[in-house]
Amino acid sequence: MAAIRLNYDVPGDDFTRAGEASADLKARMKKLGMPSEGLRRAAIALYEGEINLAIHAGGGQILVELGPDKVEMTLTDQGPGIADIGLAMSEGYSTAPDEVRSLGFGAGMGLPNMKRYSDDFEIESELGKGTRVFMRVNF
Amino acid sequence: MTTDKLAAVPPFEPVVLAESREITEVYCADLLSWAMGRAPEGCCWCTVMGNVNAVAVASLADVAAIVLCDGAALDAEAEAKARQQGVNILRCALPVFEAGLAAARAAGLYGL
Ligand SMILES: Nc1ncnc2c1ncn2[C@@H]1O[C@H](COP(=O)(O)OP(=O)(O)OP(=O)(O)O)[C@@H](O)[C@H]1O
Ligand SMILES: [Mg+2]
Repeated sequence: MAAIRLNYDVPGDDFTRAGEASADLKARMKKLGMPSEGLRRAAIALYEGEINLAIHAGGGQILVELGPDKVEMTLTDQGPGIADIGLAMSEGYSTAPDEVRSLGFGAGMGLPNMKRYSDDFEIESELGKGTRVFMRVNF
Repeated sequence: MTTDKLAAVPPFEPVVLAESREITEVYCADLLSWAMGRAPEGCCWCTVMGNVNAVAVASLADVAAIVLCDGAALDAEAEAKARQQGVNILRCALPVFEAGLAAARAAGLYGL
């Protein structure tokens, strides 16, 4: 099976639509009969990334490359960037504003979940320019 | 015990019944990415979050059902999404801990 490439645009501040990419990926992987554990890990990792694009970056782009034994996901945004990646990666750290906290976000667990559920995780960020996250989940 | 059976045990009530699932554990949390990272597959997730994002988390984390506790409301958009994505939702008036305990007892989990 050749890799399938999927592109998603995540709008900023629309927490209802954020989740569409991960739901779509999950549905496609299910249809292709991919292993349920890999499917679950990829969907969780992508959802957290998608929500971060919507909440923290004013939106962004997602590229998914789905192969027979792995899925690679690259999330790019042109948001404010992250000053201290080590701090942002630590469990419980969050700058989420009150209005999104009241929706249940802001536990500061998104990035740690993304790292935990992927086999390879890379994040790079430049203040004022944006952030890029790469995740690979092996099946 | 399956989700449709639990939905028929008072004080639980069905709100959205999709494909019936076996309940393997009970999990309680309200912060979404906490639940996303920790809720076990096949659990019944006791929470007060009845919004569309909670439905997305339930679907992606593959929980057996959301149990909306403490009389918390499910908003209309969330209900529509649950039907569309096939997420089971039950409701009960008990607070989260007591609801989880009641679900565990009903399902005979944790030696209860
Ligand atoms: N794409 C991004 N652009 C800018 N800042 C980001 C981005 N992603 C994460 N951050 C920063 O890193 C912090 C931690 O992110 P993380 O996803 O772990 O938690 P959260 O989004 O605040 O809450 P949760 O994911 O638990 O709902 C965020 O609060 C934010 O300050
Ligand atoms: Mg987050």
